[in-house]
Amino acid sequence: MAKSSEALRNPAQAGREFSAAAVKLAVLPPAHRLSLRAPESSVSALSKALGLALPNRPKTSAAKGSRMALWLGPDEWLVIDDGAKDPLEACSKVPALHSAVGISHRNVAFSVVGIDAANAINAGCPQDLSLDAFPVGACSRTILGKVEIVLLRTAEDQFRVECWRSFSDYVFTFLTEAARDAAA
Amino acid sequence: MLLIRCPYCEEERPELEFRNAGEAHVVRSSDMASISDEDFEKFFFIRNNPKGVIFERWRHVHGCARFFNAARDTVTDKFIVTYKAGMPKPDLDKITDAPSAVAATEPPAKKKPARRAPAKKKDA
Ligand SMILES: [Zn+2]
Repeated sequence: MAKSSEALRNPAQAGREFSAAAVKLAVLPPAHRLSLRAPESSVSALSKALGLALPNRPKTSAAKGSRMALWLGPDEWLVIDDGAKDPLEACSKVPALHSAVGISHRNVAFSVVGIDAANAINAGCPQDLSLDAFPVGACSRTILGKVEIVLLRTAEDQFRVECWRSFSDYVFTFLTEAARDAAA
Repeated sequence: MLLIRCPYCEEERPELEFRNAGEAHVVRSSDMASISDEDFEKFFFIRNNPKGVIFERWRHVHGCARFFNAARDTVTDKFIVTYKAGMPKPDLDKITDAPSAVAATEPPAKKKPARRAPAKKKDA
């Protein structure tokens, strides 16, 4: 009799990739994720604990080391850390009023890289992704096709697309088609 | 596609990110138990449906997720102004670039738009 049975776990969409002429898609490695809600009075204490200044302007993000904080709303951030330290632990030591919910496994992230990356995303995302309107570091919760995503521009020709894991197959397939179209 | 200015994101964003949330400035009574059935009906069910400017709640549901208020022309679908939730009704006469003020073929109605009022007892 087996002593224990261990489920074989594969992250959603693990190993999928796609490469068109000017766009490359890849699944990003698993990361710690945190849905953070806090009033203005708690922001400085949380910033100190997280080791980065939580951005307070719409559509902006902050990054330090492996940790990123994305402004989603006036009192709402998505904190992502693909390093070893869970940002949830940092927040747990903050007495100031806040709500920190671990959502590491709720999301799957893709990278969209290449000179046509913005065009590929624009196939399903109605936002203005020109560098003037959506510069490097800009981030936003928005729409891709029929699902909600969080979009972050990590470089001029590079985006991180976060979506809920049950939509990840749809999002990757959508981006595959879009990347093919953008190359055509 | 319509572009709607979100007062929290401080920029115009595509309409697909938004959801309408019904008439704005409907005030809930602070003493709900004591109001009459007729008044409750008015508060709960009866809504304006004007041809022209309407004050509505909108939610930037696929963006910052915040509720805010907007004045919109139901004929042209033009958004005259959007403002944060909790702010008082803006004076539309003071908004000079109001599209409805420019495009309107009729003078703006000063009287309240017709609303379906429950029949009064004395009429019965
Ligand atoms: Zn917004």
